[in-house]
Amino acid sequence: MARLIAQRLFNSLVSIALASVALFLIFEMSPETVAADALGQYSTREQRDLWLAANGYFEPMHVRFLDWVRRCVTGEFGQSRLYNRPVSEVLGPRLWASAMLAMLFFSFLIPLSLGLGIAAGMREGSLLDRGISLASILTTSVPPFASAVLLTAIFVFWLGLLPGTSSMVDGFRWKELILPAAVLLLYDFGYLARITRASMADVMQTAYIRTAVLKGLPNWWIILRHALRNALIPPFTVIMLQINWLIGGVVVVEFFFAYKGFGSLILEASLTHDLFLLQACTAVSVLLAVGTQTIADIGYGLLNPRIRVAAVK
Amino acid sequence: MTEPLLRLDGLSVSYRTRRGAVPAVVDVSLALKRGESLGLVGESGCGKSTIAFAIMRWLAGRGQIAGGRVLFEGRDMAEMSREELRRIRGKRIAMVFQEAMSALNPCLTVGAQLTEVLRFHEDIVGHEAERRSKDMLAEVRIPDPDRVFRAFPHEISGGQQQRVVIAMALLANPAVLLLDEPTTGLDVTVEASVVRLIAEISRRFGTALLYISHNLALISRVCERIAVMYAGEIVEEGPTRRILTAPIHPYTRGLISCLPESGADKIARPLSPIPGQIPAPWERASGCFFQPRCGFAVDGLCNTSHPPLVTDGKGSTVRCLRADEIGADRIVAAASEALAPGEGIAVTVDQLSKDYRLTPPGFRGLLPFAEPLRIRANDHLTFNADQGRTLAIVGESGCGKSTFARVLTGLERATGGRLEVAGQDIARLSVIDRSRDQLRALQMVFQNPDETLNPSYKVGRQIARVASRLLNLGRKERAQRVRDLFAEIRLPAGIADRKPRHLSGGQKQRIAIARAFVGRPDIVVADEPVSALDVSVRAAVTQLLMEIQRTNGTTLILISHDLALVRYVADTVVVMYLGQVMEAGTTSQVFSAPHHPYTEVLLAAQPKLEGDRGLDAPVEGETPSPLDPPKGCPFHTRCPRKFGAICETTRPPEQVTPAGHRMACHIPMDELARVQEKVTT
Repeated sequence: MARLIAQRLFNSLVSIALASVALFLIFEMSPETVAADALGQYSTREQRDLWLAANGYFEPMHVRFLDWVRRCVTGEFGQSRLYNRPVSEVLGPRLWASAMLAMLFFSFLIPLSLGLGIAAGMREGSLLDRGISLASILTTSVPPFASAVLLTAIFVFWLGLLPGTSSMVDGFRWKELILPAAVLLLYDFGYLARITRASMADVMQTAYIRTAVLKGLPNWWIILRHALRNALIPPFTVIMLQINWLIGGVVVVEFFFAYKGFGSLILEASLTHDLFLLQACTAVSVLLAVGTQTIADIGYGLLNPRIRVAAVK
Repeated sequence: MTEPLLRLDGLSVSYRTRRGAVPAVVDVSLALKRGESLGLVGESGCGKSTIAFAIMRWLAGRGQIAGGRVLFEGRDMAEMSREELRRIRGKRIAMVFQEAMSALNPCLTVGAQLTEVLRFHEDIVGHEAERRSKDMLAEVRIPDPDRVFRAFPHEISGGQQQRVVIAMALLANPAVLLLDEPTTGLDVTVEASVVRLIAEISRRFGTALLYISHNLALISRVCERIAVMYAGEIVEEGPTRRILTAPIHPYTRGLISCLPESGADKIARPLSPIPGQIPAPWERASGCFFQPRCGFAVDGLCNTSHPPLVTDGKGSTVRCLRADEIGADRIVAAASEALAPGEGIAVTVDQLSKDYRLTPPGFRGLLPFAEPLRIRANDHLTFNADQGRTLAIVGESGCGKSTFARVLTGLERATGGRLEVAGQDIARLSVIDRSRDQLRALQMVFQNPDETLNPSYKVGRQIARVASRLLNLGRKERAQRVRDLFAEIRLPAGIADRKPRHLSGGQKQRIAIARAFVGRPDIVVADEPVSALDVSVRAAVTQLLMEIQRTNGTTLILISHDLALVRYVADTVVVMYLGQVMEAGTTSQVFSAPHHPYTEVLLAAQPKLEGDRGLDAPVEGETPSPLDPPKGCPFHTRCPRKFGAICETTRPPEQVTPAGHRMACHIPMDELARVQEKVTT
């Protein structure tokens, strides 16, 4: 197991190194664009050259790369043009906000989806299974922008229970997080539930479950001890992939509720050509993707002992 | 009369399908007394496994008991509550499954899967459960119970997995053990030791056995009585000895006579196959179900009334209307003519080696320049295949026989030595570099026809395509060639318009054979060509392969683990173990003393109808890992005739007789001949 972890960590370091080279090449290969973005499009050629020289852009490539890496590691991403503040100061609160939303979302998604999926998969074809599958398909097929409108209409305008925006102007309040999390949950729980259901149903068909039944083990023991662990492998992958999606990809929901999350920050940075901010956002996204993938791989090893061996072979 | 332990009373089981309810088991009555062993023989689809699951009252999804009762200790199991049933499963009636690997939970250790039986049936947990489980592992002859107890199923070998499943079934000391093909997928030597274990355990623990298998020879080693099933019915039941020596029902006779007898070869006693195929449940004939394939069937009798099961008063029952008339004639095919020895050499194998490289385990594997591990799958092989004859390569899994086939057909490239076909060295010529004529000259028949035939094209078209690729034939000639081939493989031409899924296993393998012979190849490599087929079909396909070889004058290279088949089909034999040639010679040389000790073990492990003979102490243990082959003679770790340290240190020299019989062993051949004669007489 220790071997597997070491191997995965090593792999993730390699991935990060490769990604950093790629990022550097994408963002730093044409200094003129960088200077134009930094100084604005009405700057003169001379101004740009001066700026480039001052910021070390005429140094040799490897020096620039190492310097770039050093700045990335220490978090000196430069000044955000849009916010007129250091990038790291802009980035921190946004990431934290996205993490809060993700946490709330996951603390409901995981019990709900896994629970329903397992219940449905245990008795494939039963009334409960059909009901859960139908509900999953219906909710998944409503896009977030539609359900956001619908939920706002019900809970904000009709019942008046929840605030309609989540801009957190008066400081952080959980109440403002409920609607965005609910919209995401409504959209996403069916997907995870169906993955779990399919996986559970497959496991219930296997020969080792048959063995367990014919060994005379009680039902609860068969489910908890024999089926669950095997059935959780595919949903686990999905959950890990969704972390990336939640942090960077839920722009619509963030915009709708005016929530200052990481996804909307990426959008703002790209629309305004705020290059340093965009660079930092991309680096964070890459780090996040590699991180969750590494956790997923190590988690596989814990769930499935065969992978531990396969990795060593 | 005392009530038997387990009684099936007119049991019928059917499956709900799109064609309606399909009867899988029809009116089966059986009785199993305490401590008795009953064998249930039949081919795939005859309903034998369904019976086992019906006894356990576990018919997944679509199955249902349509009639009859299962009585355990006099009680109808249908009337038991779920909890009562749970207490019987695993505790009073335990089951051993085929394919132990999939029957064991991959995520739980062997120990966890054993102790839970005690936890729920005997309320034993903790150290006591662990101790009893380890004791049971020792009982089923697992060499290091402590390690296996902590291991995951994938960390132990196939033979050990099967032993674990047996141990799991025996833990709660059940009264009845149901065994469903418990040795499928195991090597012959491992199979032999598992079967011996089962026989021994039923004697010692007084467990009643219901042993289900398609293999009559295996069952006869374990069981006192045998019931033969055909198309969901029992057609004959009686004491093992009587069934084997004086079978009455034509199907039982057919089953026995289509097995290659261990002492026979293809000239003295050709196989007599049962014609036709096993009917699907919805295609069963009117009258007797076996009548369309029966040589004794009489029109107006057998095809009009369904025969009842008749008891003869001496403990035998038979379901045949003509049982009294057909007497005890055995079905014997006429002897065929012998072949003259080969006139030339088709394949020359000279010091051929094939190494596989593997990434080493652990941290070293992460380094870019780590020395790769080598697995020597073929180690300096040297032998010839005579033109127009059959060369068989035998050995257990991991011996390198399939690797050789892959090198010969160009799927792999050799790493050393020469492989000469038609005067050209093709050892390092991979299949994409071979000329069209070289491809035409060398074709292959695979074990599983489903992997050869494309499921989405009609079979005739698939054969025609090969004809156009390899022979450059025009449309008309192509069609003619396909028609000729269908005649040669004895299939009606109409089959050409069907897709593989509409054909039976035997028909598909015939098509696969036809595909290989389209281009009139000089050499055909057949890798276990009949081992995926049912027993009664196997004989017919073997016969066909030999005929088509003979008419085309093709050199056949047969790769098989089945010694009876090899003895029957081959002219020369090469025995391999861990990548090396252990023995080579003509079939009669290899199959008569002196044998190489490994050949001797293989022969002893072969299930025989005549009962258990040969070596008194056949090998235990399994083939060592090719990653870490033993030093000296590769077989010394399991060799029953190992005689000293030299076997462990020095690679044995090759001894050659003037007649060309070769063997790699430290023991002189005449010495081997002397000790082996003693055993066989």
